Amino acid sequence: MEASATPATSRTITVEVNGESYEREVDARKLLIHFLRDDLDLTGSHIGCDTGNCGACSVIVDGTLVKSCMMLAVQADGSSVETVEGLANEDELVPLQQAFSDHHALQCGYCTPGMLMSATALLRENPHPSELEIKKGLQGNICRCTGYWNIFEAVKAASE
Amino acid sequence: MLLREVEYARPASVADAVRLLAADDGARALAGGQTLLNVMKARAASPDALIDLADLEELRGIELGADGTLELGPMVTYTQLMESAEARARPILGQVAAQIADVQVRNRGTLGGNVCSSDPTNHFPPLMVALGASFTIRGADGERTVSAADFFLGVYMTAVSPGELLTKITIPSGAGASDAFETVPIGRDGTCIVNAAATVSGSGTRVAIGCVDAVPVLVEPSSSEPDVVKEAVRAAQLDPPSDVHASADYRRHLAEVLAARAVERAAKGRS
Repeated sequence: MEASATPATSRTITVEVNGESYEREVDARKLLIHFLRDDLDLTGSHIGCDTGNCGACSVIVDGTLVKSCMMLAVQADGSSVETVEGLANEDELVPLQQAFSDHHALQCGYCTPGMLMSATALLRENPHPSELEIKKGLQGNICRCTGYWNIFEAVKAASE
Repeated sequence: MLLREVEYARPASVADAVRLLAADDGARALAGGQTLLNVMKARAASPDALIDLADLEELRGIELGADGTLELGPMVTYTQLMESAEARARPILGQVAAQIADVQVRNRGTLGGNVCSSDPTNHFPPLMVALGASFTIRGADGERTVSAADFFLGVYMTAVSPGELLTKITIPSGAGASDAFETVPIGRDGTCIVNAAATVSGSGTRVAIGCVDAVPVLVEPSSSEPDVVKEAVRAAQLDPPSDVHASADYRRHLAEVLAARAVERAAKGRS
């Protein structure tokens, strides 16, 4: 058996995050969200519920939207991860972020990184979603401030 | 949340995975992790080792046989079930997958994980029973196949014993059959309070009811008429649990109504 097939409590992983490659030794028990926040200091992705319900920790792994509190860091070995830090180009917001700002799609902002990643994944797959498709696309993300309407409007605007 | 210390391995073959599972009583297969990681956080389960099935491509297949039989790998995700052209041979599979949780969970959560966790509120156990699915299980001593009736053994318990791995789910041909699934969930696409999966075909009517017992309850009414279905469900003398979401009486009521609706919709789809 290869080394990766031998059970161990930690292992060295190589992960590309927002285009940059990182090699780190991590405990097998470490969740991907903690790896991003604590090991890589990428604190844009938030921990809300820590039970896979709120979506504040949503990131894109190998093109697929996931909740990073529901995945171990070791499971991301060899993967390419996109977080909210990877969206904006230097100081320039991407259209989706600008639309969130223009449409007041956030109040406290805690859910925003997850909302942005879910909306990013949605718009890549479906550049012109209907209102229902936007709602379904953001179903895994909870916002306790806005009542969602401004978020839906922002995503709609970014898709036009 | 910090999990209890755990070992992790990502084997490259099913044989290696089975060997690792057999070598350690405390080892658990890790599929999509959308249930297992949560129960580990809650310390409801504390496996000593996680055997990650992510690299086992042979567990990801969706194959439609010439006779209409569907062979599904347990690592097929809900999203793949929704998008697969082959899986559309039995459209109910994708329709039910689309009712589970949300995009992120559907992207990671797997059919195998859903049935192996055997949570009485899960969507796929009753559907597998209604469809008459069979399950191929591999262990150190080789492979065996069990019917859905023999697969679900209890709450969180299936025929997959320690040291074994579910490797294939076989759905018989849907030719001449029509299926439907009805549920009353807690919030849209949330946990089911009661669910019912129905298959109506030339060989009769099968409806499997979930959330009312440790495992799905199969009822085979003599016709698809709502009153006949409800009477057949009553005759099953269900003894469902009471909890904060619904009383036992309400679950009994839902079981009759949802079974009748599922059968009615399946029967309509056939005509």
